[in-house]
Amino acid sequence: MTVGLLLAGTLPRLLPPEPPGPVGLAGHTARYGPPPAVPGRRQRDALIAEMARAGLTGRGGAGFPTARKLAAVAAGHAPVVVANGTEGEPASVKDRVLMACSPHLVLDGAVHAAEITGAAKAVMVVHRDVREIIDEAVAERARARLDRVRLEVRTAAEGFVAGQASAVVQWVQRGVPAPTATPPRLAQRGLRGAPTLVQNVETLAHLALIARYGASWFRSAGTPAEPGSMLVTVLGTVREPGVREVAIGTPVGQVLDLAGGASAPLRALLIGGYFGAWVDATEVLARPFSAAGLAHLGAGPGAGLIMALPVGACGLSETARVMRYLASESAGQCGPCVFGLPAIAGLLERLAEGRGANLGLLSRWLGQVDGRGGCAHPDGAVRLVHSALRTFGAAR
Amino acid sequence: MTGGARLRVDFIACDGRGLCAAALPELITLDDWGFPIVSGPAVPPRLLADARATVRLCPMLALRFDTGR
Repeated sequence: MTVGLLLAGTLPRLLPPEPPGPVGLAGHTARYGPPPAVPGRRQRDALIAEMARAGLTGRGGAGFPTARKLAAVAAGHAPVVVANGTEGEPASVKDRVLMACSPHLVLDGAVHAAEITGAAKAVMVVHRDVREIIDEAVAERARARLDRVRLEVRTAAEGFVAGQASAVVQWVQRGVPAPTATPPRLAQRGLRGAPTLVQNVETLAHLALIARYGASWFRSAGTPAEPGSMLVTVLGTVREPGVREVAIGTPVGQVLDLAGGASAPLRALLIGGYFGAWVDATEVLARPFSAAGLAHLGAGPGAGLIMALPVGACGLSETARVMRYLASESAGQCGPCVFGLPAIAGLLERLAEGRGANLGLLSRWLGQVDGRGGCAHPDGAVRLVHSALRTFGAAR
Repeated sequence: MTGGARLRVDFIACDGRGLCAAALPELITLDDWGFPIVSGPAVPPRLLADARATVRLCPMLALRFDTGR
């Protein structure tokens, strides 16, 4: 492994120190060094093992170990890589900011993931806001004859579930961004039947850096159990909302400080995304922003989102609004999701407006929706409501 | 092998016709919107034949019999 041009432990890693607009190939190479050599077939296992040592996990929200996905896909015949830059999470902008500022880092990651899984092609599925930037970066690489892997670019579908891995594959394959039933797993049978690695674009950017600098360098930030850095979208009641890169395990209060700090006393934070959880501000500010640090509060870093809610705002109406949105964003395939989410949203609206709602019925419906869809859309919605009831509920 | 046998609903395919709940009330009830809820982790041996018959009954081919992978 090359000696890191980036000092161990220093941030930001993924974003340029000053955001001047997209970094071109020359600036990219000057900062990170040349891309890693194309690995031979015999080196692939060692590189996947290096990813396992790094402890890189998916940054799209699910947090699945990247090395396990790489190994599963590499074991198949003629695989394909799909870089997921859909960013369907409505409040999140971190993937777009990453692709807009560091397009070549994401492309390096997609190319390297293809090389170590034996894929001949990587399909970049990117949010429409950054389509031209990615197109330009791909053209620049083609002029420089940089990659042997073929890069294809597609504009992502809009909508919340469009970012779900199987929905991304369906979008590329037949123009319909709807999840499919599991099994089969995408790693076995995905895009047009090929073993398919679907990986979030931030995950790929980290992968590109691990390929250059190694697992130990990656682990010099973050916690031993959850190494590395992550991008976080900080918004709501903070002075400078936006995307920040933080070491995993940074106290939540410090993450808010990186965004200028709270602009008013805080009541609660929505952590992880619309699929995340509400937590009481006083309980969470000193906690590490990591899965381990947030688990006992029923929360997790998810897709890297922190939304701050001030004292005086109504958490239940905020949750009702999000639930109405999630209900409208159902792919419309599964009954419990199609009928259950609007029903639950309706009850929450009544509750928030103080019109009196049947909490027993709410609890029954939450139970009847949880785990009963082709994707995790209903499960995430249920988790959010449970956290709202804990944080803002009648019990408090 | 039959110890891990369980019924699974493919909710993408399921249309909520409700035949399964009528045919196998011991294991399948309906939620408030008419979609099946399969109770219990595994199909007890005495209901295996009935469960197989119910799987064949589903007009949407949405009910599956998993013999534990």
